[in-house]
Amino acid sequence: MHEASITESMLSLALEKAREAKAAKVTGINLVVGELAGVVPDCVQFYFDVISKNTMAEGARLNFEIKPTQIKCRKCGNVFTPADHKWECPKCGDSNVEIASGRECYMESIEVE
Amino acid sequence: MSIKVIQVGEKILGKNEDKAAENKKRLDGRKILTVNIMSSPGAGKTSLILSTIKQLSKKYKIAVIEGDVASSVDAEKVNAVGAPVVQINTQGGCHLDAFMVEEGLDNLPLDKVDLLFIENVGNLICPNNYLLGEDIRLMIASLPEGDDKPYKYPAMFADSDVVILNKTDLQPYLDFKEKAFRQVVDGLNPDVIIFPVSCKTGVGMQEWFTWLEGKIKEKKG
Repeated sequence: MHEASITESMLSLALEKAREAKAAKVTGINLVVGELAGVVPDCVQFYFDVISKNTMAEGARLNFEIKPTQIKCRKCGNVFTPADHKWECPKCGDSNVEIASGRECYMESIEVE
Repeated sequence: MSIKVIQVGEKILGKNEDKAAENKKRLDGRKILTVNIMSSPGAGKTSLILSTIKQLSKKYKIAVIEGDVASSVDAEKVNAVGAPVVQINTQGGCHLDAFMVEEGLDNLPLDKVDLLFIENVGNLICPNNYLLGEDIRLMIASLPEGDDKPYKYPAMFADSDVVILNKTDLQPYLDFKEKAFRQVVDGLNPDVIIFPVSCKTGVGMQEWFTWLEGKIKEKKG
């Protein structure tokens, strides 16, 4: 459900940047989204197709770069992909870890004409 | 016409963060300690708010912004204990954002408030991605939900300053392993403060009240 509000924010940011660049049309929007950001690309695309109608971003292609979840050990600095129920560092066994990647949710660029 | 690429490099929720900073400034100006309460549905957000109002309302003025998908059931309960409350219905939306909270602030007697609770929509997936203008991000995890929840919603646990572990009175009936729970939560978030409590029996609540009162005084300066 939160994809609706994320899509609205994303569209308004894209339109703002396109207007600043005095563009006539937005043809593509490049997004970077982490696995943990809770954003489902198909869902965003669905809302986008509806709410971008009659804007200069109508018909724009949405490209999602998905960032996998990566955990970093705060003790030895090892970066790893966590298993389902095992988040201890596979190298040193410490459970003091931070989420290094997977929470991204930003617009990298837009393509305009 | 040729295609041009324009670099943006901005957070999609950047506008929400700007609005949250505005809300924070407004609340800081009045020295109101603001707590954003997040949890799954039924973990005990309203119970925690009601118990805390009962305990601290003689000394401090407490107001509440109630976020819900629909209905005003929670707001009515808060109203019944005499605290100013604003209900925000998100019309199906799964989180509160800073713009909704701004509207809530417009409708509260802020000059007469020391402590503001913002009860978020019951959901562990996204409310933590929306800053509201709060000082403290608090999440409630309750024993019946199971000790494996930090694995499923790591970002929520990583973003919380305080975790209230509620419904400890149910421990005899459940397989919840507090040690395993703490190990993951402390690992993800070394600065987190965990309060094991039962809102129902009151066990553990005094530690929470004392801690919160310290924070209210700190904010008052």
